[in-house]
Amino acid sequence: MTALATPPTTTAPAEDRPRARRPRSASSLRSVSFWLAALVVALVLLAAIAPGLLAPQDPLEISLGESFDAPSLAHVFGTDQSGRDVYSRVVHGAGQSLAIGLGATAIGLLGAVVLGLLGGLGGRLVDASVTRVIEVLYAFPGILLALILIAVYGSSALTQMVAVGVATMPGYARMVRGQVLAVKSSLYVEAARSLGHSPARILRRTILPNAFRPLTVLVTLGVGQAIVWAAALGFLGMGVQPPTAEWGAMLNAGRTYIQQAWWMDFFPGITIVAFTLSLTVLGRHLQRSTDSGATR
Amino acid sequence: MSALITAENLSVAFDGTEVVHDVSLSLRPGSCLGIVGESGSGKSVTARSLLGLNGERASVTATRLEAGVDLLRATPAELRSLRGRRIGYVLQDALVSLDPLRRVGAEIAEALRVHGTPRGEREGRVHELLAAAGVPEPELRARQLPSELSGGLRQRALIAAALALDPEVLIADEPTTALDVTVQTQILSLLEASLAEGRAIILISHDLAVVERLADEVLVMKDGRVVEQGPTSQVLSRPQDPYTRRLLAAVPSARSRGSRLSDVPPLELSARDRSALRSRPAADGPLLEVEDVSKRYRGPDGRERTVVRDVSFALEAGETLGIVGESGSGKSTTAQIALGLTEPSAGRALLDGQAWSGIPERLRRPRRRRISMVPQDPLGSFDPRWDVGRIIADAIPAEEAPAGEAPSPRGGRWGRLFRGAGSRGPSERVVELLEAVGLGEGYARRHPLSLSGGQRQRVAIARALATAPEILVLDEPVSALDVSIQAQVLDLLADLQKALGTAHLFISHDLGVVHHVSDRVLVMQDGQVVEQGTADDVFFRPRHPYTRELVDALPHPTLQETA
Repeated sequence: MTALATPPTTTAPAEDRPRARRPRSASSLRSVSFWLAALVVALVLLAAIAPGLLAPQDPLEISLGESFDAPSLAHVFGTDQSGRDVYSRVVHGAGQSLAIGLGATAIGLLGAVVLGLLGGLGGRLVDASVTRVIEVLYAFPGILLALILIAVYGSSALTQMVAVGVATMPGYARMVRGQVLAVKSSLYVEAARSLGHSPARILRRTILPNAFRPLTVLVTLGVGQAIVWAAALGFLGMGVQPPTAEWGAMLNAGRTYIQQAWWMDFFPGITIVAFTLSLTVLGRHLQRSTDSGATR
Repeated sequence: MSALITAENLSVAFDGTEVVHDVSLSLRPGSCLGIVGESGSGKSVTARSLLGLNGERASVTATRLEAGVDLLRATPAELRSLRGRRIGYVLQDALVSLDPLRRVGAEIAEALRVHGTPRGEREGRVHELLAAAGVPEPELRARQLPSELSGGLRQRALIAAALALDPEVLIADEPTTALDVTVQTQILSLLEASLAEGRAIILISHDLAVVERLADEVLVMKDGRVVEQGPTSQVLSRPQDPYTRRLLAAVPSARSRGSRLSDVPPLELSARDRSALRSRPAADGPLLEVEDVSKRYRGPDGRERTVVRDVSFALEAGETLGIVGESGSGKSTTAQIALGLTEPSAGRALLDGQAWSGIPERLRRPRRRRISMVPQDPLGSFDPRWDVGRIIADAIPAEEAPAGEAPSPRGGRWGRLFRGAGSRGPSERVVELLEAVGLGEGYARRHPLSLSGGQRQRVAIARALATAPEILVLDEPVSALDVSIQAQVLDLLADLQKALGTAHLFISHDLGVVHHVSDRVLVMQDGQVVEQGTADDVFFRPRHPYTRELVDALPHPTLQETA
């Protein structure tokens, strides 16, 4: 031990070796995947915010003379049955799909936080009932739930959002409840209690931030999942109605012509895959960096 | 007779970093070689090289390394037949070294199976081995899972497994660490018996007292090097190397009372720090009184268990009251009751003569600052998102932390990312507290994960002092630390107590530590106080048989004589 060889000064005892942080093992391969994913997500975000920059053509412009054109220089992703440019539609659809994905995740999260906090902080009885609610939601097939909502309220972007949101809720809720329970009984909450902090302060400063921390990662992964679910509903014709550009609805429209115009399904499909995959890659990176950092 | 194991100039490197340098040792038949050192000194790596167990990343070099076979040239098959048959290895950490899903008997029988004992003979042999290792009811224990056994029984099962093939050599890596004192004695007796049967032992430990009891020869390691080597009695009574001397001096015990354990100069608190941190003048009479408290819990099986029974004590201003006991004796629950974090099932606690238990939390909260805790596991008691500065700032009572110096609103990595050049440094008070525990202002921005165990404990002490408490409740504050670091932390606590006049309720399983720090001592067993009195009375003239057992279990006769 160095401390014994050289007596430390009073201000900075150089006692036992500080435990080194786990080295960030950033292999070149993983950082390539990271940057690719970041690029895809950045492009989709740009497409959502300013689609005109990436695709100046109007996604709704009909040009019957050009219907079913294969991908070419004029139409890089080809055209659909009405001669609309598929590339423009994919770009302009990003906003819709992203909004539905984010909105659904937000709705799911909001419900989950309410349920999870009730379960984690409420008494034994509240917790038991919240747990039952979560279990019922879990056991209910998500698509069926969505179908019921859409059957009752009609198909629109909002119902699509709510349906997917409710379907993702129980997963988050269980997580929040578990986290709150774990943090509540942690040594650092006990330390805060022993310092005489008020319950409100402990809740605000210690329990909530620590319980929500793992959620940030989960949400990144969850947005991708929500987009896939929303696209599935769109594909079933239970979301945004044509001719509005939305990835799931585009898949549905192309399904009929898949024999003669594969590009109508291929490009929206590959976009969904690429975007979801990229979000997952980013989420995993985030997870790894928080794991090796301050969590334990 | 030739040596069983010989190593000359043994060096071990992992990924190009050498962690063991030029170690030479030899083990004679029937003798015990002790390897002593603190964590990271390379003692376990050295032992594992003797079995070829260091893994593929390790590069082992030596001019000679033999244990019956030439270890530098041995094939994997030769190494496997060496392990178990010639050299038995008792792994560190008995509590986790057994496969949790396998019956204890199966674990031991495996060694027999691998080395070719016929199936029919195995069971009987397993029972013999367990019995020889001092495990009562071996037939029953062999059928149990490790989780159903106590720590001491698990350690015995491991020793039984290591002895299964009657090896000539037993390598025991920290065989008594994390075990209670009385259990430790039993394990040491078991090793002694094994030694008496003519087996040679390599005993690895951070605990000088344990090595002293068994070893004929001792090797003191530091930073991967042997700093001193020789007959045990000579090394321990007339240490030549300065490190060995410091290590010996750092062991707290009866003789070290009132003297410093480390060679770190005493802490000088400025008059300003002193007045800021000094606890408020106390009323007359004891600060904390605990009267006949009991705590009962209902277990998952519905049966009620009493973990604390009729415990009474009083803590006077400025004194240190030690509570000593083995695991499960109710010491920590008593601390929780003293801190007002657990309500006693019966009896009451008084702080400054006013009710401290049985009152609503609302009434307790404003008085909490008068009694602070220092936990055993400081890291777990820190909010994982916060850096040191924020941890301490959070403990400073609101009216003493001016609004402008309130802890920064965002902690954690994102907070650090967004806090730019315009961010505030740690408040004056945080710096005062850091300095009071011997850390500088620079530590405010560090995350506890990047600190060593001793530094973390200093941060925990700084946080405890933030409220200028009259009482510190210290629950095993040095148990997880190396001897020399423990010495520094104990010295720090003594300095602070002298300067600030706080009363300490000091809980530990380590009799030496308790004797070193305490004015008065409570001995707890199974939730009850079996003996109390001044430290010297309790430890030098124990009346209760249990205290006597504890004191007798302390294996350091020479250490006390050399004082």
